Amino acid sequence: MKIHEYQGKELFRKFGVPTPRGILATTPEEAEKAAATLGTPITVVKAQIHAGGRGKGGGVKLAKSPAEAKAHAAQILGMMLKTHQTGPEGQRVNKVYVEEGLPIERELYLGMTLDRVTSRLSLMASSEGGVEIEEVAAKHPEKILLESIDPVLGLADFQGRKLAFGLGLKGDSVGKFVAFCRALYRCYVETDASLAEVNPLVVLKDGSVMALDAKMNFDDNALYRHPEILAYRDVEEEDPIEARAKEFDLAYISLDGNIGCMVNGAGLAMATMDTIKLVGGEPANFLDVGGGASKEKVTAAFKLILTDPEVKAVLVNIFGGIMKGDIIAEGVVAAAREVKLRVPLVVRLEGTNVEQGKEILRKSGLTIIPADNLRQAAEKAVAAARGEKVS
Amino acid sequence: MSILVDQNTRVLMQGITGSAGSFHAGQMLDYGTKLVAGVTPGKGGHEFQDRVPIFNTVAEAVKQTGANASVIFVPPPFAGDAILEAADAGVPLIITITEGIPVLDMVRVKRALQGRPVRLIGPNCPGVITPSARCKIGIMPGHIHKPGRIGVVSRSGTLTYEAVFQLTQLGLGQSTAVGIGGDPVNGTDFVDCLKLFHADPETDAVIMIGEIGGSAEEAGAEYIAREFKKPIAGFIAGVSAPPGKRMGHAGAIIAGGKGTATEKIRALEAAGVLMAPSPTELGTTLQAALKRAASR
Repeated sequence: MKIHEYQGKELFRKFGVPTPRGILATTPEEAEKAAATLGTPITVVKAQIHAGGRGKGGGVKLAKSPAEAKAHAAQILGMMLKTHQTGPEGQRVNKVYVEEGLPIERELYLGMTLDRVTSRLSLMASSEGGVEIEEVAAKHPEKILLESIDPVLGLADFQGRKLAFGLGLKGDSVGKFVAFCRALYRCYVETDASLAEVNPLVVLKDGSVMALDAKMNFDDNALYRHPEILAYRDVEEEDPIEARAKEFDLAYISLDGNIGCMVNGAGLAMATMDTIKLVGGEPANFLDVGGGASKEKVTAAFKLILTDPEVKAVLVNIFGGIMKGDIIAEGVVAAAREVKLRVPLVVRLEGTNVEQGKEILRKSGLTIIPADNLRQAAEKAVAAARGEKVS
Repeated sequence: MSILVDQNTRVLMQGITGSAGSFHAGQMLDYGTKLVAGVTPGKGGHEFQDRVPIFNTVAEAVKQTGANASVIFVPPPFAGDAILEAADAGVPLIITITEGIPVLDMVRVKRALQGRPVRLIGPNCPGVITPSARCKIGIMPGHIHKPGRIGVVSRSGTLTYEAVFQLTQLGLGQSTAVGIGGDPVNGTDFVDCLKLFHADPETDAVIMIGEIGGSAEEAGAEYIAREFKKPIAGFIAGVSAPPGKRMGHAGAIIAGGKGTATEKIRALEAAGVLMAPSPTELGTTLQAALKRAASR
């Protein structure tokens, strides 16, 4: 799950990660008032959307007076902000964060995430703050410093010092940076984050360090034990179909094609998409109904697929293991009846309780196009989506 | 012979009284698996289907039944603890089916298992099956398997079934099929399994199935180039997956341009793996790999 910068900073403060003062605003008037309250000669008006690259897209502006902050907010609020992380249509801005301007000496990068190779968290730092870290990693890998964290010990102070000296920090800044890292680690672990990125982390003229930006993502599997994080969820930032899928605990991703897919298992779901493409079609979605799905869940999945108006045919590919074929079949039949299915439906069923499942489909009286294997299923779905007659 | 499990494997199930656990306990018994014990805290003293004794703790189950493998169906919030309990009781093989365990739980569990004589398979995996020994530990449909000499290792559950199904239809039986699971932190990886298959005299060839995200396939490719001499076919799911979108599995995401299917396919091909052009040609590609090796 993703959250906004202002929410990330709220969390940072809770764990003692130093951040600038800032106030959230949803109208230009609120932004003006916020700038006046902060009282610094310069304030920064920052668009709050989940995507990165906001500055380049015109979503971050400096203001020299509360009146200017108001003008900037008027411009930013309601705009469709386009960045390399949003789609081409951009993301609507509903909130701005007004922050105090600071006397910045240096901009650094600090990030924490899971290193899958070592199965440990790793803390990354770079002297190249404020720019795309992927670019730095590609062009100057030597400029990225790494510390791998033992989960039993946690982040050790010496690791923070290694990074601090590696970044060329001096004097008071070293100790302050170490404390920053320690607080960030606690924030990450105690909230079950999956990514914490501070880009830039700034060193001020007085030697203190601060998180000028805060990007936090969280492990969806751990949200059950973090109601405080779940409360940060902003449904407006999510694809509406994907958001509804989450309610039913379905893994759904919208794509651009016209063949709706319902598959069990992520790997088989991807393989089904790959096969559709291979035989000349385009999948409308990725949808993994997961392991122990109920009839209700299958029905929900089916309805979800059909909310996409682009869908011209539906392909159900189920290889039952933990998932039973008869359950899937019941769900498919119930859903097809409920939504009065108007597009062709191709079903390929295999595995646990497959015979019972096929029997349910046969007896349903619905026009279901059966397929014996994945390739045939994909070919039939692609042909059906083109309007060809398939049986 | 086979890898990981055989006719001497005595299995205990943690979470045997849950709905998924009890259904699959029944399926495992029907297949012929020596399921000797169940563990559910507070249900000790009862029996599963009047034939499998249930215990409160893994330690007790091991002591009473001599179980030497555990399969875990415990819900995600408690699954990490279940793995630790099995390891503490000295169970050498722990197969975790549970999907959705928090990543940081697994980071700690994996660290705790370090240096112990324990092999963890999964989590979020279909399990392990050796058809010749009638030993099925997990959720895979038993009837699609056939005893034979092809090893199967895969990060995806249902795609493993797809591979096995195609092999069986071509008359190619399996020595052992292993699902290593789709989570970013898991116990056993491709390299571990390939090493076991390499050393197993009853495995003639291997099919390896990966997916986008991470670098486990690339590590596998390095190992194959270095040591693995048996015929090997491969497939990577997710050629059509867009970057930045998590494809169901917590691990299946193309992040920062890394972990793409194209990169993985290139690495495996360079290591001499014959890659299936589509998921419908898993079996035939393995067949082709066998032929290619025979003609050399």
